[in-house]
Amino acid sequence: MNCLKFAELLQLKPLYETDKNIEVEGVYIGDLLSVVMSKAKENYVWITIQTHINIVAVAELLELACIIVVEGMNVEKETVEKAKELNIPIFSTQESAYNIACKLSSMGVK
Amino acid sequence: MNNRPLKRYSYRIIANDFMVAGKGSSSIKSNLKSLGIDATIIRRIAIISYEAEMNIVIHSFGGKIHCDIYENKIVLISEDTGPGIKDVDLAMTEGYSTATESVRELGFGAGMGLPNMKKYSDNFEITTGSEGTRITVTVYL
Repeated sequence: MNCLKFAELLQLKPLYETDKNIEVEGVYIGDLLSVVMSKAKENYVWITIQTHINIVAVAELLELACIIVVEGMNVEKETVEKAKELNIPIFSTQESAYNIACKLSSMGVK
Repeated sequence: MNNRPLKRYSYRIIANDFMVAGKGSSSIKSNLKSLGIDATIIRRIAIISYEAEMNIVIHSFGGKIHCDIYENKIVLISEDTGPGIKDVDLAMTEGYSTATESVRELGFGAGMGLPNMKKYSDNFEITTGSEGTRITVTVYL
């Protein structure tokens, strides 16, 4: 399952999406950047409520598949600009981290 | 001088500049990639340098990160001018943080910075005083 496909199925709002065909290899949920840094892995989807610019730096360093900002958090303009610059797909949704994770799981992303 | 690094990458890190924070680590990562370093090693260095960079941004008055490449190891040196760490043992404890509330709201200050640096390194040394902190981390290739 790639980012674009599940983003469409989950009706995520794309803040920045690429045509990169990244196969998602896992999911990590977390809001403390150091913990995410230590636990999330390459090609993982990262679900968070953090919105400021540094989430893009974390995603880029870990080579994550994409960031999903949940609970309708308003993502700063600078964050989206940075995501464009570093080519990191970022989506937002009104749903909770739990709901998104459950849906990803039911789509076969484990 | 056989103990000189083959290459050195250095980055200036500015205190409180969250807008560019992470850029030094990102540059280190791409340099290591272009040298053909193993992906697992790069991941460890990226985590270590990110934590070092964020520590300088959050806690110091500014500093530098050097990434020295040797034949058999990578040594990451983080040096800052700043207040230093009052209690190193406490700072090395997972979950302990002196970060302010406003910084924590951004997702920093988990109290995992120094523990993460140590966890992903093969050797970890720290010297700190009222003029600043110097951390030397080694990862063997």
